[in-house]
Amino acid sequence: MHQQVPILKIDDFWIASVQGSLHDQDVIEFKQALLSKIMQPKSRGLIIDLTVLDVVDSFVTKTLIDIRGLAKLMGIPVIIAGMSPAVAITLVEMGLSLEGVDTALNLQKGLDKLRNAGKER
Amino acid sequence: MLERESSIENEFDIVAARRGAKEVANELGFSTVDQVRIATAISELARNVVLYARMGSIVVRPFCEGGQQGLEIVVADKGPGIPNVELAMTDGYSTSGGLGAGLPGARRLMDTFRIDSQLGQGTTITARKWKA
Ligand SMILES: Nc1ncnc2c1ncn2[C@@H]1O[C@H](COP(=O)(O)OP(=O)(O)OP(=O)(O)O)[C@@H](O)[C@H]1O
Ligand SMILES: [Mg+2]
Repeated sequence: MHQQVPILKIDDFWIASVQGSLHDQDVIEFKQALLSKIMQPKSRGLIIDLTVLDVVDSFVTKTLIDIRGLAKLMGIPVIIAGMSPAVAITLVEMGLSLEGVDTALNLQKGLDKLRNAGKER
Repeated sequence: MLERESSIENEFDIVAARRGAKEVANELGFSTVDQVRIATAISELARNVVLYARMGSIVVRPFCEGGQQGLEIVVADKGPGIPNVELAMTDGYSTSGGLGAGLPGARRLMDTFRIDSQLGQGTTITARKWKA
C-alpha cells in the first residue's frame, strides 16, 4: 500500500504534511510531486510538515536536503515544520544535519515565517 | 516472548521491521527517544540489507545481563559482505551515492555494535541498547 502525501496550497505557499511512515518509493514520489509543485509560477515557499513522521533516517534526510537544494536554485524557501524532539535528537546523534534547512516548531509558525520573509523582500 | 523475527526483502519490510522494533521497545518500557533511536537504527540496517544483499533477516529480542534489561537486534544477510568494515563505518563513505551515514549513525544510536562480515558469505550485525 502506498501512502500519498497531500500537498496543499495556501496563498502561494505549498504545504506537504507527511503522514505516518513512508516507504522508500513513497519518499521518491513525494520528492517528485513536490518539485513539480514548486516549479509552478507564483510559488513562494514550501513547508514540509513532519509532525507525525515516525522515523527520519539517512535516506529521508538525503531527500530533504535534495529538495531544499533544488528549491534554493529556484529561489524558493523551504521550511521543515513539526519535527518531534525525539526525531531531532536522533538525527543529531547520527551525525546528520539538515544544514541550511530552515525549521519551525509547527505548521502555523512555518507559515508565519514564510509570510514574514516575503514582506522583507 | 517478545522476540520478533522478520525477513527483509523490500522497502515494505523495512517499514514493518522498524515499526515492530518500536513496538517491542515500547512494551519493554524504553523512552520515546530510545524507541526512535532503535527504530532508526533498524531502518538503516534493514535498508542496507535490501540495497546491498537483496535479502536477509532481522531479530529483535529483549535481553537481561547483570540485572540490566535491554534490547538486542541482529540483522543478518548472505550478501557480498563488506570488504573493508572500517571504511564502511566512516562517516560519508557510500558505494551507492547515499549520505554514508547508515552504519556510523546506527552505531552511535546503539550502546554496542558489532559487525561480522565475510566476503562472499554475508554480514551479521549485532547491536544492543540498554534501558536507561
Ligand atoms: N549488509 C551489507 N552488505 C554489504 N555491504 C554493505 C552492507 N551494509 C553496508 N554496506 C557497505 O557499506 C557502505 C556504508 O554503509 P552506510 O549504510 O553507512 O552508507 P550507505 O548505505 O552507502 O548510505 P546511507 O545509509 O547514508 O543512505 C555501503 O555503501 C556499502 O558499500
Ligand atoms: Mg545505508
